[in-house]
Amino acid sequence: MAKYILKRILYLFLTLFIIASITFFLMKLLPGTPFSNQNRMSADQLKIVKAQYGLDQSVGVQYVRYMVGLLHGNLGTSFQFNNEPVTALIGQRLAPSMQIGAQAMILGTIFGILLGAVAAIRKNSWVDTLATFISILGLSIPSFVLAVLLQFYLAYKWKIYPVALWDNFQSSVLPTLALTALPLGTVARFMRTEMVDVMSSDYIELAKSKGNSNWKVVSKHALRNSLIPVVTIIGPMAVSVMTGSMVVENIFSIPGIGEQFVKSITTNDYPTIMGLTIFYSFLLIIVYLIVDILYGLIDPRIRLGNGGKE
Amino acid sequence: MDKILEVKDLHVDFDTYNGTVHAIRGVDFHLNAGETLAIVGESGSGKSITVRSILQLLASNATISKGEVLYHGDDLLQKSDKEMDKIRGNKISMIFQDPMTSLDPTMTIGKQVAEPLLIHNNVSKKDALKRAEEVLRLVGIPNPAARMNDYPHQFSGGQRQRIVIAIAIVDYPEILIADEPTTALDVTVQAQIIDLLKELQQKIGTSIIFITHDLGVVAGIADRVAVMYAGRFVEYGSVTDIFYNPQHPYTWGLLDSMPTLDTNEDARLNSIPGTPPNLLNPPKGDAFAPRNEYAMEIDEEEQPPFFKVSKNHYAATWLLHPDAPKVTPPEGIMKRFAKFEKLGGNAK
Repeated sequence: MAKYILKRILYLFLTLFIIASITFFLMKLLPGTPFSNQNRMSADQLKIVKAQYGLDQSVGVQYVRYMVGLLHGNLGTSFQFNNEPVTALIGQRLAPSMQIGAQAMILGTIFGILLGAVAAIRKNSWVDTLATFISILGLSIPSFVLAVLLQFYLAYKWKIYPVALWDNFQSSVLPTLALTALPLGTVARFMRTEMVDVMSSDYIELAKSKGNSNWKVVSKHALRNSLIPVVTIIGPMAVSVMTGSMVVENIFSIPGIGEQFVKSITTNDYPTIMGLTIFYSFLLIIVYLIVDILYGLIDPRIRLGNGGKE
Repeated sequence: MDKILEVKDLHVDFDTYNGTVHAIRGVDFHLNAGETLAIVGESGSGKSITVRSILQLLASNATISKGEVLYHGDDLLQKSDKEMDKIRGNKISMIFQDPMTSLDPTMTIGKQVAEPLLIHNNVSKKDALKRAEEVLRLVGIPNPAARMNDYPHQFSGGQRQRIVIAIAIVDYPEILIADEPTTALDVTVQAQIIDLLKELQQKIGTSIIFITHDLGVVAGIADRVAVMYAGRFVEYGSVTDIFYNPQHPYTWGLLDSMPTLDTNEDARLNSIPGTPPNLLNPPKGDAFAPRNEYAMEIDEEEQPPFFKVSKNHYAATWLLHPDAPKVTPPEGIMKRFAKFEKLGGNAK
């Protein structure tokens, strides 16, 4: 197992290197320049500024410089956000994004599993229909529409939560809810389909024939087996939640990382684009690694090392 | 002998999109203590549904519309699901057909075998696992101590069926229902599993209901045989009765389609023409009549009752009616009758 994880981490760095390289050259293809106020600068001034950031060099040289910096953990300084180092920038803005993202993922996964399981157990009843209705709503309503609806009712009309603010846990409730819909709907759909399958399988019948109560059949046998495919979709879902959070962050005025990402692209803020891309990639690869490890924990058939073949 | 289980006039219906399927249409049988009763019949005849009704392990669209299942005189059909949970896996347990899919792929086999003990007895986990290990040794899993923490996928098909059997017998059930336990296995393993069941029956003194469509398997294990067709029993008796003095044309057809040592190797195997009736609209008369070359007019009109052939041997065919014409069964069956005479029986 340790060997496997080590190998995966090695691959992680290789993948990051490739992503960084591709992004670097693609970014350089973007039209425009990082200096929006350049028409107020003289040619000499522009030259000085460009030299300061190393933009007067050839793309190849810039690439090598950037990669060497990256090796030392230096992501450069932002052109736009007060000349701050990109690492510091990400550091500050990371917490709110991670908080609502993680809250939404946890909430959506747990309630999605419950909703899907209940629907499967009460297959073809009104509970199932209701659960299917909820999950399809969750899947099809875009998070920004839900965000505005939540703002209107829970914040503006009934004044339970702040409209758009970022200070305490209270203010994170609405954005979390807006982001929860997608993972909830996705997980519930997967869970229901899988569990209906599992509930009609031979080993569930055998579990029942042992004298297990219905609850024990579900909790001890059906649930775990139904979770296997659900775990696999958590990875791609984390991607959707993270990227989807950009719009939601904007709506709720959350000083998160998503807002910066959009701004950095529209202003050709090269170091910030690079930094955020590498950071997001890193996050996703880690999520996938965790999912793969989880997969092995739940399903002994794909467990690595001594758990596998004799 | 003690009747420990008695099924009376069992009817099971299935709700489907096309209407109600009358899958079981009045089945009566009993099981004596310590014996093995085999139920044979082709796929779809209702063997599995009959025995699943005993434990009420039916699909959600099935209803037991009529009948009684008396276990020591106690009607199991009147019990709630919770009360049934105390009987399942404890008093009556079941061995399933397909060992490849019957075990939970995410649970160690030690835990799976120990589970019935933990459900029904007040034992510690440690003691239950110890007992599970003993039972795994009993069913012939080599080195069980080392394999308790292995998962089903690490075992072969035959070994998995042994594990399934271990689960069924771990709590020493009074009745063991074996639903085609050898069908999914290759022939050499089949023989091993049959021997194992016979051995276990002697060791723990359980009664067995054995379901199969394989008459060869029946000869090896059963004391009594019931032949099932289209949701009803058509003939039942001792193994000798059924094999050497069969009376129902369906039983003739089944036996005749089985090659014996006398079968000429160039000869085509016999088969029963046609297919079983659609049980959405069960026939008024004998369900086998359309496929039966010996059918008479009355077979279309009226369901034949059971006629007594000898003590414990009954068959539901109008051919046994005193007024019925004498017919000559197929050649293979005549040979069987001859053997029956040699065995000291009195063939018809």
